[in-house]
Amino acid sequence: MTTLASISRRTGTRFVSSLPALLGVVVFTFILMRVLPGDPAVFFASGPNAGKAEIEEVRRLMGLDQPLLYQLALYLRDIATGNLGRSLTTGQPVLADIQQRLPASLELTFTALVLALTLALPLGIAAALNPGKLVDHAVRFACTLGVCVPTFVSGLLLIYAFYYLLGWAPDPTGRLDIFAQAPPRITGFLLIDSLIARDGTTGLAAASQLILPAATMALFVLAPLARMTRASMLAVLGSDFIRTADAMGLSRARVVGVYALRNAMLPVLTIAGIVFSTMLGANVLVEKVFSWPGVASYALDALLASDYAPVQGFVLLMASIFVVVNLTIDVLYGIADPRIGIE
Amino acid sequence: MTGEATINAAPLLEIENLDVTFATRAGPIDAVRGVSLAVARGEILGIVGESGSGKSVTALAIMRLLDRAGRITGGSIRFRGIDITKLGTTDLRNLRGAALAMIFQNPRSCLNPIRTVGDQIADTLRAHRPLSRSAAKARALDLLAGVLIREPEKRISAYPHELSGGMCQRVMMAMAMACEPDLLIADEPTTGLDVTTQKAVMDQLAALVRERGMAMMLITHDLGLAAQYCDRVAVMQQGLVVETAAPAVVFSAPSHPYTRRLVAASPTPTSTVASLSAEGTAESRAAHPHDINSGNPKGVIPGLVPGTHGAAAEVSAIVAPWVPAINAGMTPVELDQRGTLLVPLTPPPLMTVANLVMRYDRDITAVAGVSFDIGAGESVGLVGESGSGKSTIARIVCRLIDPTTGTIRFDGADIGAMPASTFHKATQRADIQIVFQDPGDSLNPRFSAFDSIADPLRRLKGLRDGMALRTRVLECATRCGLGPELIARFPHQLSGGQRARVGIARAIATQPKLLILDEPTAALDVSVQAIILQLLDRLRREQGMAYLFVSHDLNVIRMMCERTIVLKQGAIVEQGQSAVLFTAPTDPYTQGLIAAIPHFEPGSATPPSAGRRRLG
Repeated sequence: MTTLASISRRTGTRFVSSLPALLGVVVFTFILMRVLPGDPAVFFASGPNAGKAEIEEVRRLMGLDQPLLYQLALYLRDIATGNLGRSLTTGQPVLADIQQRLPASLELTFTALVLALTLALPLGIAAALNPGKLVDHAVRFACTLGVCVPTFVSGLLLIYAFYYLLGWAPDPTGRLDIFAQAPPRITGFLLIDSLIARDGTTGLAAASQLILPAATMALFVLAPLARMTRASMLAVLGSDFIRTADAMGLSRARVVGVYALRNAMLPVLTIAGIVFSTMLGANVLVEKVFSWPGVASYALDALLASDYAPVQGFVLLMASIFVVVNLTIDVLYGIADPRIGIE
Repeated sequence: MTGEATINAAPLLEIENLDVTFATRAGPIDAVRGVSLAVARGEILGIVGESGSGKSVTALAIMRLLDRAGRITGGSIRFRGIDITKLGTTDLRNLRGAALAMIFQNPRSCLNPIRTVGDQIADTLRAHRPLSRSAAKARALDLLAGVLIREPEKRISAYPHELSGGMCQRVMMAMAMACEPDLLIADEPTTGLDVTTQKAVMDQLAALVRERGMAMMLITHDLGLAAQYCDRVAVMQQGLVVETAAPAVVFSAPSHPYTRRLVAASPTPTSTVASLSAEGTAESRAAHPHDINSGNPKGVIPGLVPGTHGAAAEVSAIVAPWVPAINAGMTPVELDQRGTLLVPLTPPPLMTVANLVMRYDRDITAVAGVSFDIGAGESVGLVGESGSGKSTIARIVCRLIDPTTGTIRFDGADIGAMPASTFHKATQRADIQIVFQDPGDSLNPRFSAFDSIADPLRRLKGLRDGMALRTRVLECATRCGLGPELIARFPHQLSGGQRARVGIARAIATQPKLLILDEPTAALDVSVQAIILQLLDRLRREQGMAYLFVSHDLNVIRMMCERTIVLKQGAIVEQGQSAVLFTAPTDPYTQGLIAAIPHFEPGSATPPSAGRRRLG
């Protein structure tokens, strides 16, 4: 009861205190977009031979002739009413575009994170249980490799091996084979939607499309997760209460699995949250390599086209996701560690 | 008296020629060298010695819990006839917790912080007995009740951080006793606990051991504790057992020179600062031959008049040989023809603290209206259990933190009105200095001893690098017994005692009028403590400083301080001249504190096992 109350109170304060940061991000991106070279009015005028008058007309229509502060005020008012503007490249409202594309990015990132964690935890634990031994060195080598190879290189390597050479993977274009029937859209997550529709073949097709890009991203974030698990496990294994557990004759499995691992998970949880937020925004290379229709590639395209609204919308989205993820981690932390609720 | 305990032909545990070697960067180090010990059923064996003597390593070797670097390189450990050193991991796990159990120092960090204590006890039970989850829970409840934890139904689902240190130690005891082991190894089980808690925990431990006919190995650095609870005591030094005998024999007629030194260095109810080293640390004796007075070994003050301030000087005069009282800083005392006291013209006190209150948010009152004076050159002791507010008061008085309300007057200035955050700019900063508890942690690891001592001189006295600074630093270091060859060393290159000296030299560098000592010797071995106490006592006489001495060790306070203030839950329960207060305490709380000090009486004929008998 009291734990729940304290967690919700903490969540509330955390959320409120993150609002100024969100506002700062919004203002900063807004100004940055205006400062960057490139004039959208020129870009979106009818063609390369558009006259000066036509460009001025476009500029006026877009509201770019207004003072910067006035533009900012308008923008903030729009955000407050849930209007993120309209993309000039797709012609759609930015909100609709993001709603369309966010599930693709989230599905990819979640899968990659789960994949990374299922690999990183056993590797980290194995390394911590045998420090300085062969296993430890092997894990360190694998992690270094994963972090050294850029995602577009490892992605291409995976495509080369599993699509071109072995032919196990479907062609790396998008979320679903063009001939497959997409399940009715409920959540936007293809795996979940096809589960709901009890459509096994579509689910399988979606999963087979997902596995290579997810593996590419997982390899990249393996290092921070596995290294953190190792360091944290080593610290916990050397602590007094593990010695006590050993002195009381508890089984090795219980000492490692319950006493050490649960305590060691706390810092890993924090890192996993940071890794998740970073992956979501930084997986643009993976999205590009695999033609994944996610938000990051959407934002990149918009940026190249000097299309302000999608970029600003994307940055706002990332900042909000960062806040939400950190809040979630905080709540999980409060549940996992009874000492937190105290202060 | 030990006969009845040791008649058992086959001892429960028999260690023969045990060698333990640690692999270090500097090559192998023999931590335990040919140790032979035996513990019989129903016996409590004490192992005493200072840090590095190998007593904990021996205990961990018995449990086979040595860390990776340590290895048993020779000898045997036979438990119930089986050689533990040759057991495989499975057999070991079956033995640990079930037949051999261990209790560790620092109970709070020894319990899993994110698991309820009930679950942890149940884990131990279920590791050795085929019990269902609920049956184990029920048994855990009984065990908690068995170690006298109040409201066990509530505590069973508590996490370690929700319990006090003493309670955590009881939970550890419940875990260790869960499967009714034959041998219990207690490694410094009460270090860090208050004297009263220590007494409660130890009494209970001893009672449980007797009740169940178990054997116990008590590892401690506290000779008093060993004397009070053990049937036999083994003294260890540098990995060797130098002497084994009944405590009465060891402590009254020690045969080995190391034991003699250890006994002499341990504060007892009758020891004085000067008597703390029987052999005499050559250094202190050479430096101050006049300090060493024969002392009155009985420490009983004849015709003592319990009194407060008025009689204070008189008492000081009488107890001068035991309590370091009369010195340059004190006002001279005159007696008239009938020997009664003529109240001297006392100058105003150096520091006056009035109605000090410290309240943290959520209505936790750490200090609840404390008032006291410290005279120029006077030494005042602050004692009390943990949570009594003594450290908080020390920190407020030396202006590191701000009190909620209250005034502090020092040397005519109202320093309480100056915020702690800017007090380092005040002229009084140089006059109030502090010696911190842990000499290792309170020194900047990147500062050499010279830099540490020079730091306050540079910052508070404005000395620039040069001859003047160098001379002053060297002078302080020499005063504190630090040779010029040590002055360039960094903290990690110094021993614990040397670090303590650096901390003291740093504090006296600005020639303060008031020195605040916050448990200055708590982290030190007794023999080092003895030397540091002598140093502090000598410095006070030489420099006429006033001391505010905070310690949980009542014997240390009694020796070092003229006046003692007893705190309980942030309030003063009793204060008065140390000599009076320690011999005739009036408040029941003080009486309890003093009675709880474990002690031995060197030279006394009475076997000091009375406490044990009472328990049995």
